[in-house]
Amino acid sequence: MNREEAVQAILGAIPESAFIVTTTGLISREVFAQGDRDQNLYLLGSMGLASSIGLGLALLRPAAHVVVLEGDGSALMSLGVLPSIAAERPPRFTHVILDNEAYESTGNQSSISSRFDLSAVAGAAGYASSVAATTPGSLADSIREAGSQTGPCLVIAKVTLDASLRTPPRVSLSPAAIRDRFRLVFSNAASHPGAK
Amino acid sequence: MIEATEFWNQLKQHVSLFSGVPDSTFGRSYNALAEDPDVRFVPAVREDSALGIASAAAFAGERGAVVMQNSGIGNVVNALTSFNLVYNVPALLVIGWRGYLGADRDAPEHAVMGEKSAAILDVLGVPNAVLDESSWQAQVDDLIGRMDVEQSPVALFVPPGVLRA
Repeated sequence: MNREEAVQAILGAIPESAFIVTTTGLISREVFAQGDRDQNLYLLGSMGLASSIGLGLALLRPAAHVVVLEGDGSALMSLGVLPSIAAERPPRFTHVILDNEAYESTGNQSSISSRFDLSAVAGAAGYASSVAATTPGSLADSIREAGSQTGPCLVIAKVTLDASLRTPPRVSLSPAAIRDRFRLVFSNAASHPGAK
Repeated sequence: MIEATEFWNQLKQHVSLFSGVPDSTFGRSYNALAEDPDVRFVPAVREDSALGIASAAAFAGERGAVVMQNSGIGNVVNALTSFNLVYNVPALLVIGWRGYLGADRDAPEHAVMGEKSAAILDVLGVPNAVLDESSWQAQVDDLIGRMDVEQSPVALFVPPGVLRA
């Protein structure tokens, strides 16, 4: 499974109303290219910050489904946030890590994730569940399963570096435009389960 | 001195989501804020994570604040420069200022940041003020106003000995 296939599987399996926070670099660009929508908060910079922003969003709107989509490098950069997320236990929070064992956005430099069990860390931190998927089908199933659970869930998508993939275009929206349209849909989301 | 309870109550008028990493400047009042049933307080493991959490409030049409020590300024620079200041996402930083009284009046690890704290925020373009006993309510209101109007992160420094924690 390559990056394109993984993102396609994820976007097809998350609820239509879910809010997504995407990490800097190719992951934001891939999501923008495949499925741009107002509910996507693309982080153009600030590597490592996606999970913290996602946690804040999830606590402010517990009825909303929040998905954080980041890479192994970004997750490793802010590993300490995993226990924060587990401690706060946002009810509908899916944390997806695209694990290609590399910093693809900066030129495929190796990360240490091949020698490190991210899934075990999430489990030890207290996530409600933590699974890894290696095919688009099992990834989509894992995302749907995580969406049906209560409490933060981690899904690791093991992806291969695929040199034949096109480089997705840069996110062509300004930061202000990303902010404004996300704020509009997020601030209007129901604050409590069952509320309209 | 300013009663810490009054200080937090003033902030609570404006801010609905707090996060942070403790500092001795706030003493026991930090716990009182974190455990206040009227406050949504999310303990963070690093100051940049606290800023990410608190910044989410801006997307809900609310205001977020981070309580931290000035040594954590080093940890928030990237979040400020590539998120808050680029997206114009406001947040209030409430920063205990260790080393404020000079290098010989505090522990050595606070000497450099103690001298440079406000200068760093000035360079970044983050409006900031040093809490003053005689005008603190106006200072808070002014910074909150700048947050709203400029859609910018802002900082309120709290020197030692100003809050009665």
